[in-house]
Amino acid sequence: MRTAVTRPAGTPFVRSMLAVVWKDLAAEWRSKEILSSMLVFALLVILIFNFALELDASARREATAGILWVTLAFAGTLGLNRSMAVEKDRGCLDGLLLAPVDRTAIYFGKSIANWLFMLSVALIVLPVYSILYNVNLFNPGLLMVILLGSEGYVAIGTLLSSMAVQTRMRDILLPILLFPVIIPVVLASVKASYGYLQGSAMTDIQPWITLLVASDLIFTAVAFMVFDYVVEE
Amino acid sequence: MVEQTPPMIQVQKLVKRFGLKTVLRSLDFSVQPGEFVALLGPNGAGKTTFLRILSSLSSPTLGTVTISGYSLPGQAAAVRRRLGVVSHLPLLYGDLSAEENLTFYGRLYAVEGLKARIDEVLEIVGLAPRRRDLVRTFSRGMQQRLAIGRAILHDPDVLLLDEPHTGLDQDACAMLDEVLRQVSGLGRTVVMTSHDLARAEDLASRFDILSRGRIQASVKAEDLPVNGLLAFYRESLRAADSRPRHEVAA
Repeated sequence: MRTAVTRPAGTPFVRSMLAVVWKDLAAEWRSKEILSSMLVFALLVILIFNFALELDASARREATAGILWVTLAFAGTLGLNRSMAVEKDRGCLDGLLLAPVDRTAIYFGKSIANWLFMLSVALIVLPVYSILYNVNLFNPGLLMVILLGSEGYVAIGTLLSSMAVQTRMRDILLPILLFPVIIPVVLASVKASYGYLQGSAMTDIQPWITLLVASDLIFTAVAFMVFDYVVEE
Repeated sequence: MVEQTPPMIQVQKLVKRFGLKTVLRSLDFSVQPGEFVALLGPNGAGKTTFLRILSSLSSPTLGTVTISGYSLPGQAAAVRRRLGVVSHLPLLYGDLSAEENLTFYGRLYAVEGLKARIDEVLEIVGLAPRRRDLVRTFSRGMQQRLAIGRAILHDPDVLLLDEPHTGLDQDACAMLDEVLRQVSGLGRTVVMTSHDLARAEDLASRFDILSRGRIQASVKAEDLPVNGLLAFYRESLRAADSRPRHEVAA
């Protein structure tokens, strides 16, 4: 070993957070485990809805927001579970917790990576959905709702998956914990998406956007405050 | 008058409970800088729990733990910066290469001159030629050597090893021992739990027997007769078992 090593007081928050994001993206680039499972699942769901509902043109436009968010929420659960299981299976979560970093930097790093995975899935699902359902989804307002909705989803989802992964029932526990909590985000996302797709007045959409932003802020703040306790033995 | 060096690890009256089950009972433990302590004991004695507390992954129920002058859990970040931990799990990402794994951990520990340090560590653990290979293609022995590389990357004062030889074949064990001797030879403090008495006898400078949640006996290597660890271990466990229950629980 070398004779002298510089020991800074603490690894900077942003640097630790970006290290976690880089690690998750690099590992996913190699394995494609998370994205492929989320994507296949999402595409299957919209395909099943397409055949099962047999909607006419106007009903399709009515149902689009709901189907889209159900698809993203289910696929997101797969991604959240897998993202944390990778940490647990080889003891890597201990490796992260042993590092002299603020543990919330680990949380934010994982959240940002999960968010990017979810947005990547949405990026592929949207054009496929547009073709299958013959609905134009390239609406700036809808894209903003997807950004906000998925942020709230991964903010609380990452926290709950770090709890669920420490149990033997981790695969089934996450949706049981997550779906009741995530209702405000999914509800606001569906209503706001519906408003943008139907061309509703901004005054009708605004309350849902406000609820969405408030939910995002609350979920992020709660996760920031309790993540340290959740991962503590 | 000989000046007393402050211990690198100081544990006093440590108690750890999981619900109603008490795993560690008023445990006292002290390690001087540069010592290589083998922590031996039967299954369920509390060795892994004790090491998880020393590594700040678990909080003590009662008692004080001080490492390198910093107390746990209050000064956990300062302690973590001075610790390297190796467990029977590699704590490595299979989908990253050896170099990428060390780069990631080096960033978390804010290691200065990271590239040069990674080169140095990969040479120490003998994995320089495989630096770009994915960890999931490594044998168990190679993964464990890389795990040691990860643990020494930030040049820790203290190395905690939880049964590092588990699942390794004889050649991999011998190679791991060589790396451990090299690390210990540089004056680092090492605490290792093990079930392999022969291996522990070969490596450590002190042997502590942990049973029924506390250190039952301790002996320095120079005070043991050649190949005398097994007899010492059995005698210590027998003495612990013959003690009255209330004395153990006190």
